[in-house]
Amino acid sequence: MTAVRAHSLLPLLATAAVIATAGCRRETRLLHEPPALDQRVMGVNVANFEPGGQPPDTLSRNPYDGNAYALAEGKRLFSWYNCVGCHAHGGGAIGPALMDSTWIYGSQPQQIYASIVQGRPNGMPAWGRRIPTYQVWELVAYVRSLSGLVPKTAAPGRSDDMSAEPVENTFPAGKGQLNHAKPAGQQ
Amino acid sequence: MPRPRTPRPLVALIPAAWCLLAVGCSQANGTPATGRGAAIAVASGIPQAAAQASPPEDGQWLMPAKNYAATRYSGLNQINASNVARLGLAWTFSTGVTHGHEAAPLVVGSTMYIVTPYPNYLYAIDLTQPGGVLKWKYTPNPAPASQGVACCDVVNRGAFYDNGRLFFNTLDDQTVAVDAASGQEVWRTQVGDIGQGESTTMAPLVAKGKVFVGISGGEFGIRGRIIALDEGSGKIAWTGYNAGPDTAVKIGPRFHPFYASMRGKDLGMSSWPGQQWKQGGGGVWGWVTYDPATNLVYYGSANPGPWNPEQRPGDNKWTSTLFARDPDTGDVIWAYQLSPHDLHDYDAVNENVLLDMNVGGQTRHVLTRADRNGYLYVIDRTSGQVLSADPFVPVTTSHGVDLRTGALLYNQAEQPKLKQVSRMACPASPGGKDWQPMAYSPRTGFLYIPSNNLCQDVEPQTANYIAGTPFVGMDVAMYPGPGGNGGQFEAWDIVHRRKAWEIPDRFPVWSGALVTAGDVAFYGTLEGWFRAVDARTGRILWQFKTGSGIVGQPVAYRGPDGKEYIAVLSGIGGWSGAIVSGNLDPRDPTAALGFVNAVKELKKQSNSGGMLYVFTLP
Repeated sequence: MTAVRAHSLLPLLATAAVIATAGCRRETRLLHEPPALDQRVMGVNVANFEPGGQPPDTLSRNPYDGNAYALAEGKRLFSWYNCVGCHAHGGGAIGPALMDSTWIYGSQPQQIYASIVQGRPNGMPAWGRRIPTYQVWELVAYVRSLSGLVPKTAAPGRSDDMSAEPVENTFPAGKGQLNHAKPAGQQ
Repeated sequence: MPRPRTPRPLVALIPAAWCLLAVGCSQANGTPATGRGAAIAVASGIPQAAAQASPPEDGQWLMPAKNYAATRYSGLNQINASNVARLGLAWTFSTGVTHGHEAAPLVVGSTMYIVTPYPNYLYAIDLTQPGGVLKWKYTPNPAPASQGVACCDVVNRGAFYDNGRLFFNTLDDQTVAVDAASGQEVWRTQVGDIGQGESTTMAPLVAKGKVFVGISGGEFGIRGRIIALDEGSGKIAWTGYNAGPDTAVKIGPRFHPFYASMRGKDLGMSSWPGQQWKQGGGGVWGWVTYDPATNLVYYGSANPGPWNPEQRPGDNKWTSTLFARDPDTGDVIWAYQLSPHDLHDYDAVNENVLLDMNVGGQTRHVLTRADRNGYLYVIDRTSGQVLSADPFVPVTTSHGVDLRTGALLYNQAEQPKLKQVSRMACPASPGGKDWQPMAYSPRTGFLYIPSNNLCQDVEPQTANYIAGTPFVGMDVAMYPGPGGNGGQFEAWDIVHRRKAWEIPDRFPVWSGALVTAGDVAFYGTLEGWFRAVDARTGRILWQFKTGSGIVGQPVAYRGPDGKEYIAVLSGIGGWSGAIVSGNLDPRDPTAALGFVNAVKELKKQSNSGGMLYVFTLP
């Protein structure tokens, strides 16, 4: 191999590696639940500030983020557990819209996890004792996909329901809600 | 300003004249009436409100419907068609709450009472002070979690005044009695459980020493019922379920329904698969009426659950049913199921206006109602016989009502089937008219109907029952019907059984109606316009833009100074206004059970608010 060919192969190999990794994440079937998933929720604040200054950024990662199977399962469970009954297909009804960029209790994965598991004072039921942990994380991933916060390549690409709402992988990317919850009441 | 539309009178008169002669009359809209029934000839004279149910005008407004006959008619005429153009704002009062303000302000003597949406404050305003001054505020503190089981915004349709007390419901299923003078709580009674998806949004009816209340939650698989509480103590006197065995429904030897399909043992169980009547819906969240002459309480039950009809084959009795019960015992005297095996969420909870009409040369004691299913019914209130049922909005979901059997003749093409999309179902689920109550003028003989012009596409889904969560199973997207308007304020000529005039509106007209002896009718729009129109011709005489969309019920009263006042609450919400009050996202047409799709632009027309407006002549 000449020197020129080796140089042109490296970026190609690097790109291929990245695609393969993302692709692996998209396609991987997690056959066992990662241990102590709910431990990540401990210490999650609902309020956006602590006395004595800003808290450190605690970006959390949902192991199912970017996983197409988990997102598809989340979409199925979103109907199955009657989330659609209160949140519609993202537009809201009894509960707030989940497809917009307003997050009353935060859009970080563990904040959404906590909202589902603990419930919230103005009508969100507490599902913690009713849904297995891995299913909550699948729902968390799906809820984030409703406002474009997951990779487009993994978000569902088709609805099997009445073609009313756009599909999740066409939603524009979420607007910077990754770190901080928006104060309640701000619209 | 929108201009009223009048159907061409000559064409309309011919079928009406035929009506005077024979059975099976055809009606002005061109849709043939079906079946052979009693001649619905109305010889002459304008029907009057049921005499014992509509006392003479006293300048007050003691209950949301004005009187037991539910006419919402004021005998005051200081404000009339020739001077209403000069109406001006007298004073305002901020309720401190947003969300849908559906209540009717009450006026008792020189005090006004208002119930707000959650958290259900009860305000008493002293009308003798300039600008109206707050006398007291009662705060019932309903559970915040109750907001999660209210299908259609956290509304409240008002209080009822009787014998020194105000009676109303909190969102979390408590009926409360408050002393009208002091604002002190007298009693409160828990009548439902939010853990079962139950809430209470309706205005109680008080009659014969009892407070009649009902439970909301047809979208949550509740076991719907009406409850009678003792007025003095608040103790539950009896409960009438709207499904289940006859003993629970209180069907017994006194039950004499008019139609054969209403007769049989335990139809409230046998018309359901298995035990599904236990989650069958059939709530009581609308209007209750009382006739002292027949000693009957009339109300309708709500939709069956889930919305997906394939999960509940059978007639699903006694949902979407009009009941006549003995107020003392709860015994059902007659019942008529308006929409058996409901396919489209056609609750039967709308108000019944009690009239005495000359029909075929005889005086008949009737009730008239504009139902969700799109028909304007005239029903004999002593027997439950349907005398006429005419469409008051475009209808595709059925062909008519068979007067012989009482059956609603469904259009099979619009029957929802699992995982299939069916389109152009008219009227859409909010119906030709939802809870928003109409008014009746004994001077014009017109019903003033705030109504919808909506159609919808639906696709049933499998619904899972999880107590306290929605049990619906339907994707819905609604849109304006023929003509492109979302709704209208229409006048219905009850003698000639046809529309007299209508004022189309961009959005459904979701406010209540008021009509007065001054021959002026009032209504409000979702954009916030409050309008006075000529009660005979529909010409708009005056309008005022309030701060938020109007879903409340306007009232008229005589103030301590002797002047006539018109009061209405402005504050958008309810099912139609949920896109604003809930800040919903119009990119999802199924939001708010499909309503968002029909009112996508509403956020540009109205923000949330909560304000009482009172108008008078200068």
